[in-house]
Amino acid sequence: MSATHIHPVASLLAAVARGISGVQVQWAGCQPDERQRIYFANHSSHLDFVVLWSALPSEIRAVTRPIAAKDYWESTPLRRFLANNVFHAVFLDRGASTRQTHADEHHFVGRHLIDEMAEALGTQNSLILFPEGTRGTGEKLGPFRSGLYHLAMHRPDVELVPVYLENLNRILPKGEFLPVPMLSLLTFGKPIQVEPGEHKDAFLDRAREAVASLRRIGAA
Amino acid sequence: MFELLHDSKLIWLYGGVLALLLLSTIIGSVLKARHRADASRSTIDNLNARIRAWWKMSAIFAVAVLTGRIGSLVLFAIISFLAMREYMTLVPTRRADHRTLFWSFFVIMPLQYYLIGIQWYGLFAIMIPVLACIFIPPSIAIAGDTEHFLERASKIQFGIMVCVYSLSHAPALLLLNIPGFEKHDAQLLLYLVIVDQMSDVLQYVWGKLIGKRKIAWRVSPNKTWEGFIGGVLSATALGTALWWATPFTPLQSAALSFMICILGFSGGLTMSAIKRDIGIKDFGVVIEGHGGILDRIDSLCFAAPIFFHVVRYYFVP
Repeated sequence: MSATHIHPVASLLAAVARGISGVQVQWAGCQPDERQRIYFANHSSHLDFVVLWSALPSEIRAVTRPIAAKDYWESTPLRRFLANNVFHAVFLDRGASTRQTHADEHHFVGRHLIDEMAEALGTQNSLILFPEGTRGTGEKLGPFRSGLYHLAMHRPDVELVPVYLENLNRILPKGEFLPVPMLSLLTFGKPIQVEPGEHKDAFLDRAREAVASLRRIGAA
Repeated sequence: MFELLHDSKLIWLYGGVLALLLLSTIIGSVLKARHRADASRSTIDNLNARIRAWWKMSAIFAVAVLTGRIGSLVLFAIISFLAMREYMTLVPTRRADHRTLFWSFFVIMPLQYYLIGIQWYGLFAIMIPVLACIFIPPSIAIAGDTEHFLERASKIQFGIMVCVYSLSHAPALLLLNIPGFEKHDAQLLLYLVIVDQMSDVLQYVWGKLIGKRKIAWRVSPNKTWEGFIGGVLSATALGTALWWATPFTPLQSAALSFMICILGFSGGLTMSAIKRDIGIKDFGVVIEGHGGILDRIDSLCFAAPIFFHVVRYYFVP
């Protein structure tokens, strides 16, 4: 399904998320642009995606889709409705991507996942991706999964924009369903790309560092 | 809804504030024209930004007070919310504090303002210092995380006391039934806010003009003895001159405004010390659009409860 219109529920949720999170957005390393991008960010809260999405100008929101874990977002009718109908999510089978990391590089079983994400990008869409694969505590970034690398190799024309979401883990941490309205920060960093000949792990470390370096509070 | 507009003393107070804003705007633009490119430029830009902010704050406050008790309560509840939001963002809390914080924002705070709304003085006075402060530690403990336990409990208690309990005493002035002053309680609130905020402003102005000797440079590098004494004395003089809008005699008004100024100063100093402690200086720069509500009202938080009780003790039979 292509995402060229914004569901009214999506706009409503974006407004609510912005209100609860009091988010202050900073375009530190790039400017809003309608070109195709993959926004990759740290993940510590259910608010992460909506807040990131709401920080984009509306014409960009209309073509920006989240990558959602299939096992979680298809498990109840409400989640399916939100992911599928409201935000036009691209579903991804986390199990398959975990198996892939243990697999031999030459027998790349996660291939179809990358194809799915590439197909979702199409010619005009952008994606929001949380390369840690799951929500963390917000204190430390987890290791990045390899999907970002393979996708970048597959579509070198798409810009990879690192994003850091700060304090959202305190507003709505994992396991809670009622938010505490503290203030949060969102920083868009400088786009990165896979360097010629760069190894997968080196790139993923660099991508992770690109996200971590955007942290503004409590940074060492 | 706007029946307070028929209160001529209130109109005089409003007119005075308006005149002051106009005067400072004129001074600000004259200064700007005179110092086009020199070192004092950033101070003048900062001054003009403050004056613009004062126009907005005064307008919001004026409208809220004019809509009567409900307007004032809603306004102060919103200020409490924003101040506590700033405070809790800055103070380190842990995952286990989440539900207690939720209660603080969505149950305790609205309840406090609701109690003023229904004029239940007895419960209003004890709800936070007795009930909430006893509720907070066990509600954190039940979440099972004991690390920095006493610190976390105290930080939340202090935040609620300052941002909600103390500040709520400003609109609570509207509850006081002072004989012969029944319909004019809005003036008392206006009096407190004008003296308190003008004390801050005048301390800033005197400090900028002749400030030299630092009071507590470790805590707040901008506070000087000259600014403090000049600001407190001139704001006390202003408060004394406003006695006609209050139930006080000129002498009583002088004593009360002096008290408001001193308490306001100690509020500012206390909050500066907290900011220093948690390294908010950097944080304040980061969230520029949001930071600042707590800075604006810290003096009021300390002055309001004591002003309320002194007036209640001496002027309410």
